[in-house]
Parts: sequence; structure tokens; C-alpha cells
Amino acid sequence: MKQAAFKVWRTDEAGGHFEDYSVDVVPGMVVLDAIHQIQATQASDMAVRWNCKAGKCGSCSAEINGNPKLMCMTRLNTLNLLEPVTVEPMRAFPPIKDLVTDVSWNFRVKKTITPFTPRPADAPDGTWRMRQQDVDRVQEFRKCIECFLCQDVCHILRDHHLHDEFIGPRFLTFAAALEMNPLDAADRVPALKEQHGVGYCNITRCCTKVCPEHITITENAIIPLKERVVDRYFDPITRLLRMIKS
Amino acid sequence: MSTFQTHDYDVLVIGAGGAGLRAAIEASAAGVNVGLICKSLLGKAHTVMAEGGVAAALANVDDRDSWKVHFADTMRGGQYVNNWRMAELHAKEAPDRVRELEAWGAVFDRTTDGRILQRNFGGHRYPRLAHVGDRTGLELIRTLQDYGIHRGIDVHMEFTVVSLLVSDGRAAGVIGYERERGRFKVFSAGAVVLATGGTGRAYKITSNSWEGTGDGHALAYLAGAELMDMEFIQFHPTGMIWPPSVQGILVTEGVRGEGGILLNKEGRRFMFDDIPDAYKNQTATDEEEGWRYTQGDKSAKRPPELLTRDHVARCIMREVKAGRGSPHGGVFLDIAWIKKKLSNAEAHIKRKLPSMYHQFKELGDIDITKEPMEVGPTTHYIMGGIRVNADTQMSSIAGLFAAGECAAGINGANRLGGNSLSDLLVFGKRAGEHAAAFTKENRRVAVDEAQAQRAMEDALAPFDHGLRGGENPFTIQAALQDMMQSHVGIVRVEGEMRQALTELDALRARASRAAVTGHREYNNGWHTAIDLRNLLTVSEAITRSAIERKESRGGHFRDDYPDKNAEYATFNIVTRRKADGSMDVVRVPLPPMPAELKQIVEEQKA
Repeated sequence: MKQAAFKVWRTDEAGGHFEDYSVDVVPGMVVLDAIHQIQATQASDMAVRWNCKAGKCGSCSAEINGNPKLMCMTRLNTLNLLEPVTVEPMRAFPPIKDLVTDVSWNFRVKKTITPFTPRPADAPDGTWRMRQQDVDRVQEFRKCIECFLCQDVCHILRDHHLHDEFIGPRFLTFAAALEMNPLDAADRVPALKEQHGVGYCNITRCCTKVCPEHITITENAIIPLKERVVDRYFDPITRLLRMIKS
Repeated sequence: MSTFQTHDYDVLVIGAGGAGLRAAIEASAAGVNVGLICKSLLGKAHTVMAEGGVAAALANVDDRDSWKVHFADTMRGGQYVNNWRMAELHAKEAPDRVRELEAWGAVFDRTTDGRILQRNFGGHRYPRLAHVGDRTGLELIRTLQDYGIHRGIDVHMEFTVVSLLVSDGRAAGVIGYERERGRFKVFSAGAVVLATGGTGRAYKITSNSWEGTGDGHALAYLAGAELMDMEFIQFHPTGMIWPPSVQGILVTEGVRGEGGILLNKEGRRFMFDDIPDAYKNQTATDEEEGWRYTQGDKSAKRPPELLTRDHVARCIMREVKAGRGSPHGGVFLDIAWIKKKLSNAEAHIKRKLPSMYHQFKELGDIDITKEPMEVGPTTHYIMGGIRVNADTQMSSIAGLFAAGECAAGINGANRLGGNSLSDLLVFGKRAGEHAAAFTKENRRVAVDEAQAQRAMEDALAPFDHGLRGGENPFTIQAALQDMMQSHVGIVRVEGEMRQALTELDALRARASRAAVTGHREYNNGWHTAIDLRNLLTVSEAITRSAIERKESRGGHFRDDYPDKNAEYATFNIVTRRKADGSMDVVRVPLPPMPAELKQIVEEQKA
């Protein structure tokens, strides 16, 4: 049977190291299968987070050969198996053990965003009317499986550690889904500018490139939010009107 | 003073899929304090895997639909051993539960007049499934999650419950461990709601994630509650079968709802070969009529691909056994053929079935807009579960409630697609509401520390075995899955199931020596060892119930009793723990259905 070499990150007292493993390759195999095989036969205490194994839950995010990916959706036949495959945890989050990281910051951030606030119902029976073309763009954002790969790769979080000032691409997309929801009546623009730090994004598009759901994060979510902030706070005519009014 | 770190809640919900989240939201709305325990991270539960939609008689697409038709469809699909009261409540309340999701931020696909769009699905007479492409479960769980986090619910993520604590016959709390550090904690509660999902990991080929180990079923059973209908397992007819690493991953019924057809290797549309009598006058007479149905022609009847899942799975097995299967032991599911009917077929398929398109493209090198998929049955869902009161969802243990897949009753012998998302909304809400009422009306009972201590010691035993060279828990789990797949699978016979009971004893002995290495922190091997007890418990309940039902009905097919037997339509099979720890199997008569509901069932047979 064909073998593939893997180098998998294992935490230890000094922090961690890559450990070598050999894996039997079967047709159609994905990286998560390889990790499971290692776990079942060579390292039963290896920590890995996973659930659906079908690209729908966003649990098994990792860095494979340095690229942020879902382990369950990365086929071995897309990797160069002549070289060892490296698998390590997402580096933008604190490590817990082996391939598992502490992503709790994301759950705290979400709570700071004003939740969905619907306008009064359109019909007497308490329901609303929306056209499909008006919800298409919101549905694109709602495909998000919260794998946090976009957060992992964003240099404002990964390199500059501005977690207290910037909510990251995942939550800008989340805010955009709320702001662009035809039923929503809340105003998140001041918070986006002041607390959520939308201005920090300098549109390097790294998040968009790694999104396993192919959400056009930068162009469809972040840039329109930036435009709303600019229109509100920096457009000279609006500023003039506001000065006159006050 | 407790030796454990403790938490205390009025209502404690175990499981944060759709049912658990909905229960927690409702309990919280009743003004009590609520704790929510998730086995994984919040929002990752198996509900995200639901694809096709949520069934509710909104009548947005076909105004002939009503709760009565939905009720009759559910009873017919369940082969009339469902709990009629649950089927009634479900059909009546599902529309409100769906509309409420929209008020909480869900964004469903729309009709041309701007309302919630509904699609066709197997066993549903009219287009009934509110949906978002083929990712409805994700939309549902995300909506409940994003609404729930602002309701003051305490969420405990990556926490596994190992035992229910019962005092004076009442649910008093639970003990479990948090995964990150491996520390044990005790939760005391006025009422406990189990919403732990299914048991699919008892089988080798399954659409279920690692979490589906029958935890709630086993926790309740071991604490003395009754399980019901455990012989009824849904083998979803269309799982991926090739390549091996994707075996079992679900292919939504929505493919067939959008016009996909099943073919054998001879290219024959074999589903027309065997149409059950109960569905003859609801099924298309030719392929053209079937196509018109999928395109919304109200005068057309549904194609045989949209018969109930139990029937479609058996037809696929028949073709495979007769040597007419596809190269990898399944049959072909073809949606690409609709290009003969629609000029924009490729774009249409990608829009209606986006995640199926990606799943096959990325995992199977198949472009479903151009070529057929290979599919075969996969263990998907268990109709059986904790026996509950239909109105309150309370189990036979006072203060212990159950909702969603881990509860029994609504689905009978076979669940209709789309009825699980509506089930977990309707009965999740009811469980939360009644658990909150229970805790307000009853004095608390104290947690018994000695029970907690014993449960912790049992859970830690695999570390001791590790020092003495016991067996790898992953090996034992795989052996159990192989055994259940071959002995208590889609086609069952008495001899093999008796053999399964013998093998379960042997596996139990092996599990008692399961050994793990390393420390308690995020140790997946240890978790697998702990889950074995639950898998073995539900496997035994499934096997004993399946032996007891000497007929074929719904998801339960006996090769030695291939026909339905009217006598068996009069009771449910209940399993419960005897004082000596062995499993008791009893027949419990079905509650009589009121005349007005009987009349609805008869009217809808026309």
C-alpha cells in the first residue's frame, strides 16, 4: 500500500514540535482521514477538533503545509506526497493541545455586535415580504460555517494582535449580513467605526482567498461596510450638513 | 462542601443542536436561569448537516396544504406506530416555529411574492419544506445560536456528560468533564432536558459525526428511563459511496426533490418497478408526470424517487443484490439529465444544490451538473429514543425531559425528510417550556455526591488500564461498528441478531478493559473509551427491540419476516433496565387515536 509521510504538531512542555508519522494512503483520502488513522493506530491521545467531516461545521481548521484549510476538505491528491505533509494548528489563536486552539475570543466578539432587530411585520399575520434578489447577498454571508480560517490568516489579528480593537473578517461579514438584511432596522455603522475597527482592514484579501465557502468577504462584505462608514463620517457634504444642523 | 467544581441551574439543557438551543431559549424566556452544555463548540452540532429543509404546512407554495395533510403524511410515513398526539402537535405548531425563526433572523429562500419558499420532499404530499438552498440546518442552528447568545443562557462548550444524577426518583443534575483540562464538574438542576441527538456512530457507514454516540439515550436508560422504538433506524437511501473516505456522507433528498432520478447500471429507472399500495394513488404513472411534479405542476403526482426513505433504501439494496448496481456497490443518482428539460440546467443545479455541487466536486471529482453520482444507503437517524409525554416531553423520570432525535414518538417506524428540523423546533420549545414550569412548581432535590464520585471513577478507569496494557478504544469502537453494520443493518434476520447479542457481550468485556495513554487534557482516545459504554447500551437496545419485532415496517426490515403484520401495529416496543442491570423488552399498547384524527387519516388516504 502507498505510504505518505506526515509531520503533525504535538504540544509538549517546551511548547511543541513536529512529530513524524507514516500513513497508509487510500483513494479519495483527506487530511482528516490521515489524522484519524494516526490517532487510531499510533497516537490515541492526539487532540483534534472535528465534527461533520463534510465541510459543513467548520471545526477542523488547521494549517496544512502552511496553508489555512479545513482538514476534511483537503484531498491528499492535491498535496505533494513526495515531501512530508505538515499539519499544525491555526497560529492566530492560543494553543490548547496539538491541533486544537482556543477560539473562544470569537464567541465573545460576536456578543458585542448588535443582534438582528427586525422592522415591524409587513403582513397582519406577522410575516414579512422580501424578494429573492434582495436576500441573495445576505445569504452569501450566511453560508459562513465559522471555521475562523479568515480570522487565522488576517494579519491585523495574526501579526498585530489587535484583538481588542478589530473584530476580524468573520465578524465584519456577520455585521454585513445584519446591515444588509432587508428586515433589519438597527444601525451598526457607529460601532463598526469606533469599536469594531473596520478601518483597520487594508483589503489584502487574504481572508477571501482562504474562505472554504468561497464567500467574497472583502468585496461584498467589508468594502461596503467601509463605504457606509466613509459616507457617514468622512463625506465632505454630509459633514457640512451635519455641522449646519448642529 | 463539594469536592467537585459545581454549577447550579433551574433548567439544564444537555446538547446544543436545534432541539437543545430551542429548549434553552424557551426556558430562558420563562424567566428561569438556564445552563446549556455542548459536546462540541457552540454551533457545530449535527443540526448543521441537515440540508433539505424544515417541514411546515405554511401553504405558501400550494394552498391545498394544511396541518391535517401534514399530520396524515407523517402518520402514513411512520406506518401508523407514531405517537398520534406528537404528530398532531408537530403538524399544528411547525408553521409558527418556522415564522418565529424569520423574526429571529433566518433568511429563507423566497417565493416570487416574497414569502418563504417551500420545496417537495419524500412522503410530503405538497411542497412543504422551507429551505435555504441545501444548507437549511446551518441556517437554523445559526439563527438559534445568534438569538440565544443574547438571552442570558450560560453556555458550557466542549463538555461531556458521563452520568445523570437521580435522587428520590427525580433528575437532580449531571456529572461530566470539560474537554480542555479533563476536569470533572457537577451540575445541579431543577430540571434536565436531554437533546443529544442520535446514535449513528454505532454503525460503520453513517452520516453522523463523532458525537452521535447515543449519549442521551444511554444516560436516560442507565438512570432508569424507558427507551421506545429502538428497532427503527433510518438508513438514508443516498449517501456517498466512493471514494472510500467519504463513504456515508449525506446526499440530500433535495437532489430528488429538484428532479434527480435513480438509475441502475442498465440505465433503468428502477423506482417505478415497486410502488407500495399505500402510495399508489399518490405516485406518478410515468416519468413525464414525475418531472412535471418536481416543477410545480399541481395536477401531477410525485415521482417514485420521492417515496419514503425506508422504501427507497430497500429498492436500492434490491438492485445491488441483483447485480444491477453501480461499480462501487450503489446505484446512480442523476440530476444532470435535467439539461434535456431546462436550458439553464447547470446554473440551476448550482443555485439549488450548491453544497452538493461542491461536495462531489471537491471530494469525489464528480461534476454533478454533467454526470451522475454514485449513492447507497447510510445510517442517518434513529426514530427510537427516550419515551416521553407527548405534550410535555417529560420522560418516565420526573424532571427529566427529552427533545429532538433522542426522544421517540413523532416519527413512528420511519421519519419523513424535513420532519426532524420541525420536530426539534416544536418539541425543543415544548421541552424548554415544561422544564421551566416543572422547576417552578417542584422543590429541588439534592445531588448525591457519592453517585457523582462513582461516575467519575468509572470514567477515569481507562487510564488505569493504560498502565496495564489494555486494548485501544478506537479498535473496539471499529469492531462494534463493523458488527452492527453486518448483523443489525438494513436487512435483518433472527440468527444474525442473536449472534449480535453474543458479540455485544464480548465487546462489553473488551470495553471494560479499554486503555488510554497520555493525560486528561483534550485526549480523544479517552473520550472514545468513555463513549463506548453509550454505544454498547444503544446497540443492545436496538438489537433486542429488532428481535422482538417479528415483521417488517418502516426502517425495520426483517428478511425472515418480510411483510407487515397488523398485530404489530398495535404496540410499541419499550426497553428498560431491570434491577439486576439486564435489559427488559416489553410491548406497550399504542394509545387509541381520537375519532377526528382517524377521520383525517382516512380522508387523506384518498
